[in-house]
Amino acid sequence: MSAVLEVDNVAIRFGGVQAVAGVTRSVEAGDFVGLIGPNGAGKTTLIRIIAGLLRPDRGRIQLGGVDVTSDPTAGRVRRGLALTHQIVRPFREMTVLDNVVLGAGFAHTSSPLRALLQIDRRRESERAAEILASVGLAGAERKLAGTLPLGQLKRLELARALAVDPNIVLLDEPLAGLNHTEAAKQAETICEVHRRGITVVLVEHNLEEVMRICRRLIVLNNGSVIGDGEPREVMADPVVHDAYVGGRTAAHAEA
Amino acid sequence: MSAYTVSIVSIIGINVILAVSLNMISGFCGQISLGHGAFFGAGAYAAALAMVATRNVPLALLAGLVAGSLLGIIVGFASLRVRSDFLAVTTIGVNFLFVGFVRKQPWLGGEMGISGIPATGLGASGNMIMILLLACVTVAFSLYVSRSWMGFAFRAVGEDEQAATTLGIGAGAYKLAAFGIGTAFAGLAGALYTFFTQFITVDAFDFIFSVMLMAMVVIGGIGSTWGVVAAAIGLTLLPEAIRFVNDYRLLVFGGMLVLVIRVAPGGFAAVIRNRFVRARQA
Repeated sequence: MSAVLEVDNVAIRFGGVQAVAGVTRSVEAGDFVGLIGPNGAGKTTLIRIIAGLLRPDRGRIQLGGVDVTSDPTAGRVRRGLALTHQIVRPFREMTVLDNVVLGAGFAHTSSPLRALLQIDRRRESERAAEILASVGLAGAERKLAGTLPLGQLKRLELARALAVDPNIVLLDEPLAGLNHTEAAKQAETICEVHRRGITVVLVEHNLEEVMRICRRLIVLNNGSVIGDGEPREVMADPVVHDAYVGGRTAAHAEA
Repeated sequence: MSAYTVSIVSIIGINVILAVSLNMISGFCGQISLGHGAFFGAGAYAAALAMVATRNVPLALLAGLVAGSLLGIIVGFASLRVRSDFLAVTTIGVNFLFVGFVRKQPWLGGEMGISGIPATGLGASGNMIMILLLACVTVAFSLYVSRSWMGFAFRAVGEDEQAATTLGIGAGAYKLAAFGIGTAFAGLAGALYTFFTQFITVDAFDFIFSVMLMAMVVIGGIGSTWGVVAAAIGLTLLPEAIRFVNDYRLLVFGGMLVLVIRVAPGGFAAVIRNRFVRARQA
């Protein structure tokens, strides 16, 4: 297997806080990685560095063997990376379909001049409708994105990420704010995305779903990796358990 | 057609080009510019110098277009670093800088401006027809852009730059394109203004004029080409038709601007669109 994503010694500091402290990891094609850790561990920061939304103080990012550290986000997306936001960011004034069409037409929008010379959206509209159906949003195409409830907006985020035809998707808390049934359905959709051959990196606090669907777990704490491997083995590690659950209880200590 | 009518129609044509071009920057791409007068002025001065030096009308038009666009792209680079209200303040600064700079340049006529600019040879009616033709080209181009993938990407960048970049849209390149295109048309309007008046002073391109252009865009309906065209025509005619409006132009336009933002933020275009939708549903 080949690495679709390599993170090499990446670090970033915000004022007095070392948010990410020299993380080095690689993600192989076909991986289904859960990136977990307590609040403030640096998960979202790391994801944003990988996506190019934050510039690290040091370290390198490679996508498919190509160094993209100095590339902007749009350039990384064109190399097969897709991202969903922790706080959903739909284009509220556009229809649900147009939100996805815009991603599906990423070949047309690679430069302003190319975009100026293209008008036809039929093929992209058809593809967008298929993607929306695959994430469970069939029938919502004509609605304004700003009118959708959170559960559907989370699905729209996923649909937009899939529209850019990615090799790897970084999903930042796609289950947050969803009720149990919605979360289970969304998790199933993410599994389906993975079954289609797309590598998935999932940042999520819903441990139940993470343990159920992920094949590999990376645990961050205070900006450093403290665990990496098969989910049950990683969670059984006392260091991970202490950091994630918040220290051993007296009962644990006595045992 | 009387000389007065020819003059009014010419000014309407120039204002339509200016308002529609500003709408491409602020309406389509969401980059609020309150310094459009500076790009208009850059085009006017470049065309005036070209006419004085060569008497070549196409060359003067080209000079106006290029001068407006070059200054626009330079200001566009500022849009890569500052956003929304800070960009608006930056563009106001550019307008003041332009006026201040030109006032102190003897080669641009300083306070006195440039007079005795050679005529195009087309006569007042010929100039008017040229202005109207180029206004139609500007409107047609604006309508085309709004339907193209460029317009689609502009809307995304205007609404949420970061979300746009995660769909592979290089927001910076699109913002520069919006400034480059919009200010090129403003420069073109400057050249036409030079042909129309054959005499320019920097006062015609000041911040107050930029605010009036923004008023046309907002009152017409930011983002709507036809709404902006209607507002440019209406707000150019209004002071001519009603003497009170002419005397208290800033007060009336300012009041209308506040009223529209408060009551109908989408401008006249949104009001008409909503009525149309309601009528169809009824």
